[in-house]
Amino acid sequence: MKRKQLVLIGNGMAGVRCIEEILKIDRDLFEITIFGSEPYPNYNRILLSTVLQGDTSIDDITMNDWEWYEKNNIHLFVGETVVKIDKEQQLVFTDKGRVAEYDELIIATGSKPFILPIPGSDKQGVTAFRDIKDCEMLMEYAKKYKKAVVIGGGLLGLEAARGLLNLGMEVNVVHIWEHLMERQLDPTASKLLQREMEKQGMKFLLQKETAEIIGDDRVEGLRFKDGTEIAADLVVMAVGIRPNVELARQSGIAVNRGIIVNDYLETSVPHIYAVGECAEHRGIVYGLVAPLYEQGKVLAEKLCGIKGRTYTGSVVSTQLKVSGVDVFSAGEFMDQEGTSSIKVYDEFRGIYKKVVIRDEKMIGAVLFGDTSDGRKLLDMIQKNENISESFQVSFFRPSSNQSNKSMTAEMADNEVVCGCNGVTKGTICKAIVEKGLKTVEQVRDCTNASRSCGGCKGLVAELLEYTIGEEFDRSVEKETICSCTTLSREEVIEEIKSKNLKYVKEVMNVLGWKNEEGCSKCRPALNYYLSMLYPTEYQDEYESRFVNERLHANIQADGTYSVVPRMYGGVTTAEQLRKIADVAEKYNVPMIKLTGGQRIDLLGIKKEDLPKVWAELDMPSGYAYAKALRTVKTCVGKQFCRFGTQDSTQLGIDLEKKLERLNTPHKVKMAVSACPRNCAESGIKDVGIVGVDGGWEIYVGGNGGTHLRAGDLLCTVQTEEEVIEITGAFLQYYRESANYLERTSKWVERVGLERIREVIFDVDNRKQLLVRLEEALVAAKDPWKEIVENKEIQEKLFRDLKVPVNH
Amino acid sequence: MARIEVGALHHLPKRIGKCVKIGHMELALFRLSNDHVYAVENRCPHRGGDLSQGIVSGEFLFCPLHDWKICMRDGNVQAPDRGCVKTYKVEIENEKIYVQL
Ligand code: SRM
Ligand SMILES: Cc1cc2nc3c(=O)[nH]c(=O)nc-3n(C[C@H](O)[C@H](O)[C@H](O)COP(=O)(O)OP(=O)(O)OC[C@H]3O[C@@H](n4cnc5c(N)ncnc54)[C@H](O)[C@@H]3O)c2cc1C
Ligand code: SF4
Ligand code: FES
Repeated sequence: MKRKQLVLIGNGMAGVRCIEEILKIDRDLFEITIFGSEPYPNYNRILLSTVLQGDTSIDDITMNDWEWYEKNNIHLFVGETVVKIDKEQQLVFTDKGRVAEYDELIIATGSKPFILPIPGSDKQGVTAFRDIKDCEMLMEYAKKYKKAVVIGGGLLGLEAARGLLNLGMEVNVVHIWEHLMERQLDPTASKLLQREMEKQGMKFLLQKETAEIIGDDRVEGLRFKDGTEIAADLVVMAVGIRPNVELARQSGIAVNRGIIVNDYLETSVPHIYAVGECAEHRGIVYGLVAPLYEQGKVLAEKLCGIKGRTYTGSVVSTQLKVSGVDVFSAGEFMDQEGTSSIKVYDEFRGIYKKVVIRDEKMIGAVLFGDTSDGRKLLDMIQKNENISESFQVSFFRPSSNQSNKSMTAEMADNEVVCGCNGVTKGTICKAIVEKGLKTVEQVRDCTNASRSCGGCKGLVAELLEYTIGEEFDRSVEKETICSCTTLSREEVIEEIKSKNLKYVKEVMNVLGWKNEEGCSKCRPALNYYLSMLYPTEYQDEYESRFVNERLHANIQADGTYSVVPRMYGGVTTAEQLRKIADVAEKYNVPMIKLTGGQRIDLLGIKKEDLPKVWAELDMPSGYAYAKALRTVKTCVGKQFCRFGTQDSTQLGIDLEKKLERLNTPHKVKMAVSACPRNCAESGIKDVGIVGVDGGWEIYVGGNGGTHLRAGDLLCTVQTEEEVIEITGAFLQYYRESANYLERTSKWVERVGLERIREVIFDVDNRKQLLVRLEEALVAAKDPWKEIVENKEIQEKLFRDLKVPVNH
Repeated sequence: MARIEVGALHHLPKRIGKCVKIGHMELALFRLSNDHVYAVENRCPHRGGDLSQGIVSGEFLFCPLHDWKICMRDGNVQAPDRGCVKTYKVEIENEKIYVQL
């Protein structure tokens, strides 16, 4: 039998999702043709914000690659726009002159960004933020120009503004109303948001209406209705979207704001359907993926002849994708007549929570600062649940992350758990049961849930618990080394000790690893644990090392390496500098750079040259690639500085000489400043020392990286010897009890400062820690020197095989 | 199609990749624990990572740049990432390694 012809107009998120759903139900029912104006396969539009903010790249946001279309026998025409539908003959026509016949036709043309109809809006440098092309243009502009103005203080505008800030531009956000995100937030939350964004460096011009964009060909500024002006090299309009309905309208399909559809997503014309942002259902046009995915599912079932389920509308929730700002809102969140609300406002911690109630039922919510309750509140709103007393109690608790199993149990199977990827509870539970999944990671790999922003990880864990019950152990969940084993770090270490295991392979064999040879997560971890437990005997296993620690240099994007020699305490000499200069010249080093760690980096060195470079430098390795002590930054201190109370430089050098080469669960950075002005940034180091009159303060668990954390004051001591001793004991305890790849900042939070103090301030205990530390330090050799002296390792690890070509 | 000798088996430590340069072409050559030898194009389909420096586990390889997992036997990138690297047939004769290009 000839397959029915199914044509999709619009190769975007909603349309392609609908096709995926159809294929899931019946792969063989239709011959499918897709037309898309954009020249790409279907990509994740949502992540454009993340791309602009620098957290992913355009390459990484493809959702269905070319292969997917091919594999499913879909005829795909990209860069091709449908310009006409002949509903009588059931034909579509494209701008490339192609004509396609359809039995069923889906319109999923999305929206168009709204461009303010003001003079100058067509100038160069004025753009929307909707697709890859816009995103690329913004990134290009940010390289050349400085001043950006975003018109629109809604979700999209703020995300775009944050992205432009990250790209180094000055950003002004112009908003016509007094409150940002007024469609999602109440005035209190909105003010909190504004304050937070201002802290991040954004500027706001509120209650300003743009009258004109000025400049010659290219934009030079904006003029407002009140006569004021502002300069701009780039203007991003984020003032809303309009359903893309022209094609439908011209083809005689009933259109209001969007293409009108009923509960089966049918338009006014037989055999023509609409889903996504272009569709208007019961008077509502949705602009977020979750409801669009729901529509896609209902339509898929309808097209495949499964009757019954209808689309009845969605309650939507929004979250702002700006790091460091947690905002959530859902439903009817404004106080109105006939509603009452419960509010929690912790001004000190910047947390605001509000739920709106009508007739004892929750109808909306706004959260700021702590959004951990968001999913649950959304659920209650969707279910139209009564507000119980227990809810009221839990609502006032600081952060209610206790699990609520009954709620997970009550979620409908078609409810979307992972908004980004549109993965439903049903899909997740089914995968858990059918594929025997046990961990959140396995669920992610199998269903994509939690793969994008990770916001729903907690919920996925709850679903695991709910689905496999007893078998799912949260403590194991958090701590298994990786998916090759169900054992936690503690259990593995116990087994290694009690069974006296000595090799990575042996550990994996004896402890029943699921993958015989482990993976890139557990092998380096086991290698570390073994070396920590047997510092003198254990032979480091090259093949279980990540390349940087195997080759003792940092791999670069292009496959070359970087070399950072030690400069104790950030102090160097003319002779050292001369040597570095000579080597850099001889090996044509493409870049010599001062690092953020007070030393010098030679970047872009070929793998084969590394041993020669090290030999000629004749300096110890700076371990810039290692899970080990990295740098000890210092300030000039009392030798020179008018405020210095202590010799911070010397103490830094001493600490670095004492502890260099110490391998640790993750990298360790230290700093010594000679007064509380803290010029060496001791407050954000794993161990930070601050000189005060007559002594030293020791801070621990600071971190200046991905998750900024100020160090906690561990203690204050009087002498340099005490600093070295306490630091040593602290690090040894860290080495022995932290998970591999757990920085001290996370470890201190997990174990607790009190516990750490108990362990290292106990005199006996401290002595033993220091003895074990010494053992580890004695065993460690300078790796560069070892390699320089060992031709065999050079041959094995650094030499390529070269085959001459004679033609 | 050409059969090219790229080196001797003793040049290849187990589970440590080697980059093989043939003119402008680069292969990544691996000898597994079970002594099978595999050759793949030395370019990760993600962002061109130097695959020869990846971690080897069974017949899988983890790219050193962003940890994509690739099967050395058929070249397929493992879910949830997607892609494929070219694989080349390897023959061992008298301790010598030959690759079919
Ligand atoms: C070279 C240097 C940047 C520079 O040009 O200044 C650098 C370069 C790299 N850093 Fe860094 N970091 C450098 C100072 C820092 C600092 C500042 C500091 O140390 O005072 C930080 C924040 C402080 C901190 O760690 O608390 C920093 C936080 C990170 C992080 C985030 C760590 C975290 O716990 O959040 C990573 C990623 C990681 O380790 O997983 C990282 C990872 C990297 C890697 C190794 C990326 C990688 O894994 O391949 C970069 C290697 C680049 C290359 O191609 O060679 N780098 N990195 C700095 C070397 C310092 C040194 O002399 O050793
Ligand atoms: C920067 C940004 C961030 C966002 N963040 C979020 C978020 O955090 N959460 C969320 O839920 N949503 C978010 N959204 C909204 C979400 O991306 C959209 O709701 C979703 O993409 C709409 O899907 P769609 O298929 O209806 O339209 P689209 O994805 O726009 O797809 C429509 C496609 O049809 C094509 N087309 C139009 N007309 C024709 C024609 N005549 N012929 C052929 N092709 C045609 C268009 O070129 C387009 O590629 C964000 C959007 C943007 C731009
Ligand atoms: S050097 Fe550090 S901050 Fe710079 S790109 Fe690399 S990891 Fe990121
Ligand atoms: S280049 Fe290989 S994983 Fe990114």
